[in-house]
Amino acid sequence: MILSFQFSDITKWIHDSLSGMMSPGWTLFSEFVLAGIAMILLVVALAVILVYMERKVAGFMQLRIGPNRVGLWGSLQVFADVFKLLLKESFAPNSVDKFLFNFAPILVLAVSFMALAPISYGPGMQLWDANIGILYVTAVSSIGVIGILMAGWSSNNKYSLLGAMRSGAQIVSYELSAGLSIVAVIAMCGSLSVSEIIASQADGWWVFKGHLPIMFAFVIYVIAGTAETNRAPFDLAEAESELTAGYHTEFSGMQFGMFYLTEYINMVVISMVAATVFLGGWLPFHIFGFDAFNNIMDYIPSFVWFFGKVFFIIFLMMWFRWTFPRLRIDQLLKLEWKYLLPLSIINIVIVAFITVMGWHF
Amino acid sequence: MENKNTALPNDLTEEFVVNIGPQHPSTHGVLRLQATLDGETIKDILPHLGYIHRGIEKMCESLGYKQFIYLTSRMDYLSAHINNQACSLAIEKGLQIEIPPRAKALRIIMAELQRLTSHELWWGSCAMDLGAVTPFFLAFRDRERILELFEENTGNRLTMNYITPGGVMFDVLPSFVHKLKELLVKVKGYLKEYDTLITGNIIFQHRLKGVGVLPKELAISLGCTGPVARASGVSCDVRKYYPYDGYDKLDFKEVVFDGCDSWSRYLVRMEEIRQSIHIIEQLLDNLPEGEFRAKLKGIVKLPVGEYYQRVETARGELGVYIVSDGGNKPYRLKLRAPNFSNLGAVRPITIGSKIGDLMASMATIDLVIPDIDR
Repeated sequence: MILSFQFSDITKWIHDSLSGMMSPGWTLFSEFVLAGIAMILLVVALAVILVYMERKVAGFMQLRIGPNRVGLWGSLQVFADVFKLLLKESFAPNSVDKFLFNFAPILVLAVSFMALAPISYGPGMQLWDANIGILYVTAVSSIGVIGILMAGWSSNNKYSLLGAMRSGAQIVSYELSAGLSIVAVIAMCGSLSVSEIIASQADGWWVFKGHLPIMFAFVIYVIAGTAETNRAPFDLAEAESELTAGYHTEFSGMQFGMFYLTEYINMVVISMVAATVFLGGWLPFHIFGFDAFNNIMDYIPSFVWFFGKVFFIIFLMMWFRWTFPRLRIDQLLKLEWKYLLPLSIINIVIVAFITVMGWHF
Repeated sequence: MENKNTALPNDLTEEFVVNIGPQHPSTHGVLRLQATLDGETIKDILPHLGYIHRGIEKMCESLGYKQFIYLTSRMDYLSAHINNQACSLAIEKGLQIEIPPRAKALRIIMAELQRLTSHELWWGSCAMDLGAVTPFFLAFRDRERILELFEENTGNRLTMNYITPGGVMFDVLPSFVHKLKELLVKVKGYLKEYDTLITGNIIFQHRLKGVGVLPKELAISLGCTGPVARASGVSCDVRKYYPYDGYDKLDFKEVVFDGCDSWSRYLVRMEEIRQSIHIIEQLLDNLPEGEFRAKLKGIVKLPVGEYYQRVETARGELGVYIVSDGGNKPYRLKLRAPNFSNLGAVRPITIGSKIGDLMASMATIDLVIPDIDR
């Protein structure tokens, strides 16, 4: 029974009961509202888990315990922190550009929410199965940099401005190799739709069946993704020891909280795309020929698989952050334009060749 | 209007001034660097001092010879033992007394342990300035062990005031030698951890190699001392050239690298940690028995004259210059602080580099701000 359960059964039931009560227009509207609430709850839950996880992982790596006072094993620490941020005044200095200053945190947060739309969490558990799903995610996630530039410019603070300019240069550069490494998979599976990309991996995840080039693309994607989220070792936009706090130096209270939240949501988006494109989305891990093993794997629910993969990549990113020193701005751009980008282009040519010759599985 | 299609002339790019400090995470104290930037590139940099000037020299002149030592712990607080040692040696020079061998040995052990703590803290903060936070915690873990030993044997953790004119304040506990031997074994293990975590890291090496180049001639003319000068190929270890408290009887190498860059400064300090361990090990095996302090009068009066004593702190050469008029207080006291001279190197080595390089250079010069202002 459990195995045949589809999330679309629930959505179908909601749709049917709603259309029984109201006109098609209102049905659509209330479904939008429901989906929006569901997404916000999911994202907030994920952000809470991630903040807690980051602090525990950092503590584990730094000979500390991490939060352990508020709630069981410090599990309520995040709520206490958010509560504190909500109570604090969102202070704006006199000389800031008021409109842009207040708009920037909302923009970055909204954009990172938007990028979650086409992600598929399980069979039928998808908001919007667009035929350009992956393209949409990469396009939308690059709008966030405008919010960061806004924040840096409107703060009227030189540290903020430097941080924003760094962030602009960095995100625009790393978008390229992140995009190109996704293109490698798209070339092989021949579709931009998230559900079709996942369906194409039913007989093996792309990172395994795509030969060496896709593995290479996966590594590039994780590096570029870490850079896109402005996290260490690519946290030049914040660069605590250089620019105090970079583009959000002047922000306080929940406006700062929004930037903080955005960092985690961006991490989630990057990891979800990586899990979808390279690690088979919500598909279980199968080894060809081991039927007993494969059957056991099938018993694990699909969303557990999906979030397991997502958290694995997030853990990798946290591991980077607490291990590596920060790069310098020219080294950062050199890494992208002299190494990652040419390598991804060569990689794409190889992938195209493999695809045309039909050598992939 | 006619030049519409030409590129922007150079005078349309504007330089701007950023005050790095006095409250900034990576100046490690209240130092203000007025940086003129062109984008990310540093065009000029001007250090402003005096935010933590306490007039230690003047205060010392109103205190007795046995008393002013307590103030000198507050200069370079990471080399408190060595500061005390410098003043004690200068006073002993004036009194022309010889201190007992046990006191000498204890002084060197404490001074080298102090150098160890200082370099360990520097290692953590250097990595933190370059964006890696974890080493900071490792460094504090290891430094804590030594500070515990200080606390147990001298009564204090940071400003010990343990070394006094005539010897040391108290004898160490009977457990001291045993505990220190165990500790040194641990520290050697920690050093391996440091190397695997940070020294071998490719990002870290790229951040330091070729950054903040201080040529040998410049280092000499600026009066740089300590690891900063030794990384530029200047052999200047006071422990070798003007041995005090029996350093001449010990076997240790003066660490000199001639890379002149931040990476050499990093390597010098890492090697100095090993040399310090080597020095302590030699003394621990045959720590002399006997008195720990020479008998002094209650009120010390130095004969009329001028006395100068130099020692090697963790950051370079500390000079203590005492002018005595025969009274019970110094007539004039001048402290030659290593950090003040090393600060001079910041401007020439950072002009033309990026902001990130400024942090790397500052981190490897390893300034302690209260020592600059005094």
